[in-house]
Amino acid sequence: MSKLLFDTGEWTFDTLRRTYDAIEEIAVGEMGLDPYPNQIELISSEQMLDATSSIGMPIFYHHWSFGKSFARQETMYRKGYSGLAYEIVINSNPCISYIMEENTMTMQALVMAHAAFGHNHFFKNNYLFKEQTDAAGILHYLNFAKTYVARCEERHGIGAVERVLDAAHALMDQGVNRYGRRARASLSQELARAEARIAHAEENFNDLWRTVPGAAPKRQVRPQHGEAMSDRLGLPEENILYFLEKFSPKLRDWERELLRIVRNIAQYFYPQRLTKVMNEGCATYVHYKIMNRLYDKGLIGDGAILEFLHSHSSVVFQPDFDDPRYSGINPYALGFEMMCDIERIATNPTEEDRLFSPEIAGCGDAMGALKEVWANFRDDSFVAQHLSPHLTRKMRLFNLADRAAAPHYEITAIHDERGYRKVRRALARQYDPGLRDPNIQVTGADLAGDRRLVLTHRLNDEVPLAERDAIAVLGHVAGLWGFDVELRGVGADEAQRYRYETSAPTPA
Amino acid sequence: MAINVIDRRLNPSGKSLPNRQRFLRVAKETIKETVVRSIRERSLKEVGGKEVVNIPMRRIAEPRLHHAASGGDRDQVFPGNKEFVAGDTLSKPKSGAGDKGREGAPDGEGEDDFRFTISADEYLDILFEELELPDLAKRKLKQMESHKLNRAGLSNSGSPTNLNLVRTMRHSLARRISLRRPKSSEVAEAEAMIAELEALDPRSAADEARLVELRERHAALSARARRIGYIDPVDLRYNRFEPKPQPMAQAVMFCLMDVSGSMTEDMKDLAKRFFLLLHIFLNRKYKHVDLVFIRHTTEAKEVDEDTFFNSRETGGTVVSSALAEMRRIVEERYPVDEWNIYAAQASDGDNYASDSKTCLQLLTEEVLPICQYFAYVEVYDSRQAEIFHSSLNVSDLWKDYQTVPAEHANFAMKRVFSKADVFPVFHQLFSEQRNAAA
Repeated sequence: MSKLLFDTGEWTFDTLRRTYDAIEEIAVGEMGLDPYPNQIELISSEQMLDATSSIGMPIFYHHWSFGKSFARQETMYRKGYSGLAYEIVINSNPCISYIMEENTMTMQALVMAHAAFGHNHFFKNNYLFKEQTDAAGILHYLNFAKTYVARCEERHGIGAVERVLDAAHALMDQGVNRYGRRARASLSQELARAEARIAHAEENFNDLWRTVPGAAPKRQVRPQHGEAMSDRLGLPEENILYFLEKFSPKLRDWERELLRIVRNIAQYFYPQRLTKVMNEGCATYVHYKIMNRLYDKGLIGDGAILEFLHSHSSVVFQPDFDDPRYSGINPYALGFEMMCDIERIATNPTEEDRLFSPEIAGCGDAMGALKEVWANFRDDSFVAQHLSPHLTRKMRLFNLADRAAAPHYEITAIHDERGYRKVRRALARQYDPGLRDPNIQVTGADLAGDRRLVLTHRLNDEVPLAERDAIAVLGHVAGLWGFDVELRGVGADEAQRYRYETSAPTPA
Repeated sequence: MAINVIDRRLNPSGKSLPNRQRFLRVAKETIKETVVRSIRERSLKEVGGKEVVNIPMRRIAEPRLHHAASGGDRDQVFPGNKEFVAGDTLSKPKSGAGDKGREGAPDGEGEDDFRFTISADEYLDILFEELELPDLAKRKLKQMESHKLNRAGLSNSGSPTNLNLVRTMRHSLARRISLRRPKSSEVAEAEAMIAELEALDPRSAADEARLVELRERHAALSARARRIGYIDPVDLRYNRFEPKPQPMAQAVMFCLMDVSGSMTEDMKDLAKRFFLLLHIFLNRKYKHVDLVFIRHTTEAKEVDEDTFFNSRETGGTVVSSALAEMRRIVEERYPVDEWNIYAAQASDGDNYASDSKTCLQLLTEEVLPICQYFAYVEVYDSRQAEIFHSSLNVSDLWKDYQTVPAEHANFAMKRVFSKADVFPVFHQLFSEQRNAAA
């Protein structure tokens, strides 16, 4: 009797369940992965479109930008320019994976292995996710956010809410704590606190107090200047959204809460931006191993493994730089290659590997080494530590330097003895959030004077900001701050490179 | 623990609809421009369906603070080296950007235009957003109501067909119980016992006495049953109906056009566009819209749409013939109290001088009073447009009609010189009307 889990492309709930069990046995039993409990949900292609346009979350507040992204994706999809995501996985506990009804059974197996075990293991074990996200609370928090935004729209009008959200979205990248210095409340605590704040405000509202005569207005707090003021505001502050939420003189409470929601969500997604290569590499490596193992155990047939390989190889395809299809380094390809490379170094190292990666070379336990890596690195440190000369040669990586002063581009390093370390460093820097995102901080807010807010952009290697967008964002900042705002670009020599100013919006 | 696959396919779809509405709100200005342009440029059959909207990215930008695509010192690692060695140089493209293409754009969103499709409904909503039915028409709408009977509770009187049996029987039962009307079974029981005793032969004295008693009892019961009717007039309940005014949900649109030799294809096309707009407009407002096409030279005839727009005739022009034909059709098929009547007349303005008086009289005395709205558009082909653009040069018909608007608020006239004018003129006709009446 055939041991095959399935022998047609059609899936049924029964084959889904049996295949999941077989995958789980390999992933947890043999590979020793440690995922959150899984929840697999089956959706239609239209629901997939819906979900991808609200940044992949099943519950999200309403905003026009999601409508825009839906319209775009729908157009692209209908015209056949782009396919749909095969799967969406949510960093929550239990970990929710969406699979699409149109997929064949082989694809369902691939997707379950990829999302429900690969991504899931990564979410649960990587230090960034552990530190910065609250998998248990996220769905509750999103639900709260959705209700809260809807309630604000009812009370204050769609337009008013939209203005705040537009501005908050523009500052989303500047709304995260990069270095985790503060002990952050988990999202469920956030939720409880937010609800308590609202309840408190509602319970204690009594319009009578406004009319009680007598009590002279409190004496003005003595204006503080310079250092004292900066200290009180915690300047310099890199989390601009946080600063505006706490100190903006003009925002109303519900507006602050909206900023807080956007900030919390930005923080939740921040680790995913920092671990794109690793996360996809981990999931791709895991599905590759599992599918092959299913085949080795005789649980899936030749047709299924060929279909899988076809799909897998298009996912990890990396076109060369001069290929018309080239659009940057494919994180799936780089991640998968690096994971496979680590496995090779662990089990079958060369002399060169022993020199470059002494700590894992020849240790024999590939899965152990990989799990260690998945837990403790993010993209930049991962590349800096684990991009081997072997892989540099295999992908034929080279570095192109663009110096503002030079008349030419220069190839500074290729895949040779002299170039390995340089290429590796350059690629790691490409993923370094400190260099990738502009370094912009709040450096001054003259609360006692004209309340002008000063943002300082410290240019890195003289790379400027995209000017039109920067000015537009500055307008949003001024809208939230309520007074004049300026953005100063400062070079390494402390000299000013540029300066944009926006005056406070006149109240509508 | 076995995994449970949850089937979410049955969950309501269209979750992103609120997002779409918000998006359309933001992009409204551009969508409006597109819609208006489509009226001007598209061929007639295409108008009124789905529409692809192009929005310049900057209008719906979501700006973020990010690095510029070029400038400063930067390194970039590429895969797939073929022949480069360290130290090779490549010339930079002339003006900053160039062969590196879109790589500088963050998350690959470098496109200039944002394209998406709006549905036919969304299209029409925007098209007619600012157009309202003339106020006059609304007033008339209220006046000329048709009625429909609506259930309105119960009453004590009414026609037998409206008798509410359940209520009536319930009242009857209550009354019978409270007045202790003997049940038919009691009467029957007494009768049975009497019959039983009468059958005995011989009867004892006790039986005789019992028989007498029973007969008295039977008489009393049947007398009581007779006095207290099974159904009494006070029990009767009737369903009550009240006539409820119903706004008319149907309209008829008359398209009148001069097809004499002087009307060129150009002019007919303009007229057609105007008719089309009016038709779409009425379709939005009324459940049912009838179309009547009347073309005329020296005499008028009702024709089908194809003949109306596409066949030619030669001859002179007597405008009153069309008005008379319209009046005849209204009398014949469209009772004024059931139909909202709209008329649009297109002409190049020619008319026999002798017809002028008849025509005016017919219009003001017979046609306008029964119309919700009568719009006259005078069309010009491009050659004439230059000559007639100044309002000093006006046609005969225009001259006649000019005396009308003052007296009749439901009459409007406009001149259309080019395709681009059609929509603005249409818009003006209706918004002016609204403002004038407001």
